[in-house]
Amino acid sequence: MTASRIAQGGTAIDRSQPIRFSFDGSTVEGFAGDTIASALLANDVAVVGRSFKYHRPRGIWGAGVEEPNALVDIGGERATPNTRATTEPAREGLEARSVNATPSALTDRNAFLDRFARFIPAAFYYKTFMWPDWHMFEPRIRAMAGLGKVDAGWTSPGTADQINHHCDVLVVGAGPAGLAAARLAAGAGLSVTLIDDQQRAGGSLGHRTGEIDGKPASVWAEETVAALAASGHLILPSTTAFGIYDHNLVGLNQRHFDGRPDTLWRVRPRRIVLATGAIERPLPFANNDLPGILSADAGLSYLRRHAVLAGRRIVVATNNDSAYEVAQAVAEAGADVTLVDIRREGTPTAPAKVRVIKGRALASASGKLRVEAVTLDDGSRFDADCVLVSGGWTPTIHLFCQAKGKLAWSEARAAFLPGDPVDGIAVAGAAAGAVSLSEVFAGCENAVAAPGQAKVAMPRSTGAEATGGISAAWPKPGSKGRIWIDYQNDVTVKDVELAARENFISVEHLKRYTTLGMATDQGKTSNLPGLALMAGITGRTVPEVGTTTYRPPFTPVPLASFAGARAGALMAPVRRLPLEGAHRESGAVFQEYGGWLRPAHYGGRDADADRAIQDEALRARQSVALFDGSTLGKIEVIGPQADAFVDFLYYNTMSTLKPGRCRYGFMLSENGVVFDDGVLVRLDEHRFVVSCSSSHVSAVHARLEEWRQDRFGRDAVYIHNATSEMATLTVSGPNARKLIETLDLRLSLDEADLPHMAVGHGSYGGDEVRIARVSFTGDRSYEISIRADRAEPLWAHLREAGKAFDAVLIGLEALMILRAEKGFIVIGKDTDGTTLPHDLGSEGPRTKRQTEYVGRRSLFTDEASRNNRLQLVGLTVPSGEAPLPTGAHGIKRGNGRLHSQGFVTSSYLSPALGRPIALGLIERGAARHGETIEIQHLGKISSATIAAPCAFDPAGDRLHA
Amino acid sequence: MQLFPCPFCGPRDETEFHYGGDAGNVRPDGADVPIDRWANYLYLRGNPKGAAREIWVHMTCGEFFVMERDTLSHKVLSSAELGGEHTI
Repeated sequence: MTASRIAQGGTAIDRSQPIRFSFDGSTVEGFAGDTIASALLANDVAVVGRSFKYHRPRGIWGAGVEEPNALVDIGGERATPNTRATTEPAREGLEARSVNATPSALTDRNAFLDRFARFIPAAFYYKTFMWPDWHMFEPRIRAMAGLGKVDAGWTSPGTADQINHHCDVLVVGAGPAGLAAARLAAGAGLSVTLIDDQQRAGGSLGHRTGEIDGKPASVWAEETVAALAASGHLILPSTTAFGIYDHNLVGLNQRHFDGRPDTLWRVRPRRIVLATGAIERPLPFANNDLPGILSADAGLSYLRRHAVLAGRRIVVATNNDSAYEVAQAVAEAGADVTLVDIRREGTPTAPAKVRVIKGRALASASGKLRVEAVTLDDGSRFDADCVLVSGGWTPTIHLFCQAKGKLAWSEARAAFLPGDPVDGIAVAGAAAGAVSLSEVFAGCENAVAAPGQAKVAMPRSTGAEATGGISAAWPKPGSKGRIWIDYQNDVTVKDVELAARENFISVEHLKRYTTLGMATDQGKTSNLPGLALMAGITGRTVPEVGTTTYRPPFTPVPLASFAGARAGALMAPVRRLPLEGAHRESGAVFQEYGGWLRPAHYGGRDADADRAIQDEALRARQSVALFDGSTLGKIEVIGPQADAFVDFLYYNTMSTLKPGRCRYGFMLSENGVVFDDGVLVRLDEHRFVVSCSSSHVSAVHARLEEWRQDRFGRDAVYIHNATSEMATLTVSGPNARKLIETLDLRLSLDEADLPHMAVGHGSYGGDEVRIARVSFTGDRSYEISIRADRAEPLWAHLREAGKAFDAVLIGLEALMILRAEKGFIVIGKDTDGTTLPHDLGSEGPRTKRQTEYVGRRSLFTDEASRNNRLQLVGLTVPSGEAPLPTGAHGIKRGNGRLHSQGFVTSSYLSPALGRPIALGLIERGAARHGETIEIQHLGKISSATIAAPCAFDPAGDRLHA
Repeated sequence: MQLFPCPFCGPRDETEFHYGGDAGNVRPDGADVPIDRWANYLYLRGNPKGAAREIWVHMTCGEFFVMERDTLSHKVLSSAELGGEHTI
């Protein structure tokens, strides 16, 4: 036994509640309050994982979020890969597995890789596996390197809550600085939110000695938190601020330990206090990654919080004062302790029962699966089963830097400290470089928004104070042995030297070439030593080398937190028809079209779908068809300048339209491209209804608003999107009028009163209905618009009355066939981002209109006047052949190569014509009717003949039949 | 996430807004506008580093407005209703 649980103490654990869990299949015993790491340590499990690249045995290094080594995959219902064992509470029955190790961390079968380490330095993969193809090697390499495994079959046990929160002051970190700042802010009457990533507040006060206002520091911490909570301030334990975003939005991830998914908080505080503390750095010596080598502060934390003594023969190696308290504590707990201090002078008083060696550094550690001995730089060697290391403290300034804060190098602290202040953000405590409690509290006074308002006294340190003496001990170039800088990504001093030799000396290049700091720990322990080494190699100072960019998240955040409720059906919610229930009863098969869930066809699933669609399209031509066109845009344009407005918005002149009439037209973008098409209805002198494409309503609405506000002004015209207020039921076919007549809609259907392209008003069941004679099928059609909530009886009535006429319900797929038979286009399908109105055969307004309209100037450019533009045509295939593939290219031959001369945009089998029909955009197509061209699709060549777009009833007689 | 002040609704998350183009990009009317002038209106943008005057629309209330903001620091300098920038 080396590491062990001692008989007394442990502020975090409850010895009355023993628990058992498994690690790599073996049973581990612990107490409630243990983390996985503290329980493993108490059970003397030294090897807890294997390194990313070399499969080196690795043990626990830290006691918090900085942990680079002790990653575990949690199995079972709450499965999570790559969890830090140092922050994960141990619980009964938990299953943990080491990462990157098969079958276990202790007996990993890829451990042999470490013997070849000298042949696989940084960038080895980039350089070696180039030929013939990296992808040939990738799967094997990925299987051998890496960390935890994601369970592809895992599903979330629930939806993560997302909470938007506002407060005056958000304090990140509930250590001495955070508690003091929170207390001060609360005293000034501000609302405070205090968060900490630990389950218990106090930060370093939980394991470091101190006295505040005459009380033990940990007691003061508990009382302060209780007082804040009692005054109604929000305290969030187990919560990490993972990012600061624009305008000081702070993202928090709150953990729950009862199986619930984490909670995401979006906080908009008026002021942020970053009291995020500091993280202890390793010291550089050969084999400094061996299990049994821990951060000194972590060793103290395990001792005082979990009553775990990390070893029996402990070497404490340090370059600063903070390790002296550690040495004293582990000696008092019964360990044999040797303290090795790099400094010869200016060191604190030697603790009792501790052998102190000054002016010496560790040169190497040795041992097979754990540290067994250390050698000093004078060659002296002695046994040790544990090395507690302190290489100084790196302030946790990640959030400050994310908020674009600039850092200032402090030679005295051997660290980057926050530089010029950022608006709305204060940094306090160890994060700002403070060491003693007095310094911490003094720094808090300026941290809160209104210091003058404070009604509470600052806390005072009344006990012995920590001192901050340090002598920098950075990794040095040319050192002997393998000295690890980044444990998690297996980056050594030699890798950084290699990067420098190959001129990757910029800190961002260094990072990417060696992967230094790119692991899941984001280099919390390794960045500063790495760039200090680069400074040493290149003869620059540390601030000259600079730091890499700090980016969120500070610690990994589950994707479930970011997703929240936006998963499954709520990921991209569909819009639903008022008559969806009725359609379902009629056997509709639904599909999403432009965000709307609409009937594709009625009956006929899977293999029968095509037959059902063909049947609908055929019967629609024979008698009468019923179609739900409710999604059609209905944007009202109202006002004294409504006519001038629609004239400007449309390519076609619309002001000449008489009240009660409709006109088809295009809207263009300013670059001349056809943006939307549809029918404009003029209800009266100052009132129009824009019927735009179903999937385009919000875009058209936004465009109308833009021009209204930016060109016409608020008094000229008013725009109202009434699309979802009304359902539109379309009756189309030779017997459409006869069917409508049976309804008694209280209006005349005579040709004189309601001709094609006219609109009339009637009523049904006491509700006003609007009936428009417009047709997307080429047959006589009536579009009946009625209040959406009153549409169902009318639809039922139509279906019932339709029985006498063998009426057919048609879905969108059949409608697509009917409109293509007529050569009617769908914007975005039969047009693309280059199609101008005259490409579609609409030349009149371009040549004749004298008034201004959107996109006008763009129709007279060289490009718009090019004589070989793609133009809308119909395409016919020899009888007996299958429909052309949509997207197939029309080709021409020249210089021994094939060139595209356009493409097929719509293609169907027409049941009415008994042959395939197609629309396409073909070069100079309008002048080439009758010409046969070659069509290529996926290498196969066939032929088609160019024709007019309209293949069915070209004279348009059926509109009036 | 940035906070933009809609002159009608007050500060709201940036997700409620759409960018509407440079402010002061006056539309030249007519079929005979010099092609360079038209291309300038359609495609050429200042893309300033620092203070920029831009048109934005608050999608939830539908109002377009002028916002001045710093493209470097993302600080919002001012926001106001359309002051007839493009009005006839």
